[in-house]
Amino acid sequence: MKRSFIAAAAAALFALPPAANATDFDVTITNLTYNIHYTPFLVAAHPAGNNLFVTGQPASANLQAMAEGGDISGLVADVNGLGATVVENPAAGLLAPAQSVTFNMNTDGTSNDRLSIVSMLLPTNDAFAGLNAVEIPTEPGTYVFNVSAYDAGTEANDELLTGGGAPGVPGMPVDPSGLNGTGGTGVAGADNNPNVHIHRGSIGDTDATGGASDLDARVHRWLNPVVRVTITVN
Amino acid sequence: MLTKQRFTARASVVTLTALLVAACDSDSGGQTVTPNPPPPPPPPAMASFDVTVTNLTNAQPLSPVAVIAHDGSYSVFTLGMPATAGLETLAEGGDNSALIAEADADAAVITTVSGAAPIGPGGNETVSFTLLESELPGLTVSVSTMLVNTNDAISGPNRVSIENLAVGDSVSVRSIAYDAGTEANSEEAIHIPGPAGGGEGFNAARDDIADHVSMHQGVVGTEDGFATSDLNNQHRFDNAVTAVRIERTQ
Repeated sequence: MKRSFIAAAAAALFALPPAANATDFDVTITNLTYNIHYTPFLVAAHPAGNNLFVTGQPASANLQAMAEGGDISGLVADVNGLGATVVENPAAGLLAPAQSVTFNMNTDGTSNDRLSIVSMLLPTNDAFAGLNAVEIPTEPGTYVFNVSAYDAGTEANDELLTGGGAPGVPGMPVDPSGLNGTGGTGVAGADNNPNVHIHRGSIGDTDATGGASDLDARVHRWLNPVVRVTITVN
Repeated sequence: MLTKQRFTARASVVTLTALLVAACDSDSGGQTVTPNPPPPPPPPAMASFDVTVTNLTNAQPLSPVAVIAHDGSYSVFTLGMPATAGLETLAEGGDNSALIAEADADAAVITTVSGAAPIGPGGNETVSFTLLESELPGLTVSVSTMLVNTNDAISGPNRVSIENLAVGDSVSVRSIAYDAGTEANSEEAIHIPGPAGGGEGFNAARDDIADHVSMHQGVVGTEDGFATSDLNNQHRFDNAVTAVRIERTQ
C-alpha cells in the first residue's frame, strides 16, 4: 500500500496539467444502518491510480488504525502526500444511524478526479465502510454510490467490548448506542481471510450478561449497503 | 383505485363542455366582424405506465403494493425521520390504504394505485396508471410494500424519475429492505401479520429503538440463538428484496 502512494507521488512530478473539468461538487454521506455509528470520515479526492485499500490485499498500517480504532490521521498524511483535496471529519464527530452530512468539494486546478471515503463501523472489531477511488462525475447531475462494509482482516471479530481501539489490541472500542451486553466469552478467533474483504457481518446474541458476544443480535447487525454517497455536480 | 386521476379526467370533460358552449354562443351572434372561434382543442394527450413489482425474497410475502406517481416534493419517507401514520400502518400490518389516502391528500401527488393482492416469494404483479402528458415534467414514481413476515420491514424505491421515458421504454431498479422504526423487531408471532405469525398488525405504539426510518438489519431467527423468535432461517433475507420495472405503454 505504501508503495503505491510513493509511486504515485513520483509520477505526479511528471504529471500533465490537469484537464479542465467541472470540479465543484457537493457530497452527501448517509448512514443507512439500523444501529451502527460511524467514526469521523476521511474524504479524499485524489489522482487516479491510488487506493486507500485493495480487496484481496493486506490493509496498510494506516488503514488498520482507521478500521480498528477510527484513527484517520495516518491516512490523512498519506492523501496529503498525493496533493489530494481532503475533507476530514465532516460530521464533526460520529455520524449516527440514518443521519446524513453534506459538504462541498472543489478540485479546480488539480488532477484529483477520484473520490475515496472511509470510516469505521461502531461497534465492530475492524469493520469499515469504503468508497474506493470512484471516478468523480463531471456532467452536472446527481450520482448515487452504494457503499459496502469491509473487514480490514487485521483483528479477530471477537465482538467483545473491551475498549480496545489501538492497532493490535483485541476488542471493540465502544458502542455509542449503549445497547450492548457484557460478559461475553468471545465469538471468533483470527480472520480466516487476513486481507481486506467484504465483512461477513456481526453475530451477536440475546444474552445481556453473557453468551459469546457483547453485541445484541437484534440491533447490532447490518446488511449491505451500509452507506450511501450522493455526489451532486454543480 | 379511486384516485386523483379520476378527478383530473372529470375536470377535463367540464372544461371541454364549457368551451363548446362558448363556441355556440359566439356562432349565434353573426353581426359583428369577429374572427371565427378556434376549434375545440383535441382530447388531451395521455401517458400510461405499467409498474411490475417482483418479490426477490425466499419466504417474505409482500403486502399489496402502493404505487404513487408524484413530483419531487413528495416522498413516502425520509431516512432518519419518523414514519407517517400511513406508512406505519403499511409497515406493521400490510394495509396500504392509509398511506394512499395520505398521498392523495398531497398536492404533489398526481395519481395513486394499489396492487390487487399480496405478492408471494418469486411472484410479481403489474399495476398500471395513466396521467396527462402535460404532467410528465418532473414525474417520479414511488412504490411501497411490507415484508409481512417481519415486525415493520418495508421495501420499494423512492422517486424513480420517469419523466423522460418514451413509449416502449422502461427503467428497472431494485430496492433494499427498510425498517419503519415504529415497532421493535421482536420476531414474535403475535406482532407479525404474515403467515409465519398471524398476529397483530398495526399498533399505534412506537417501541423500536429509534422512531425513524433506517435500513433493516435483517431477520435473526431461532437458529441464530434468538430463542423467543417465531421466525427461522427461511424468513431471512438480504438485499435487494424487490425489483421494480416501470414501462411507458402510451
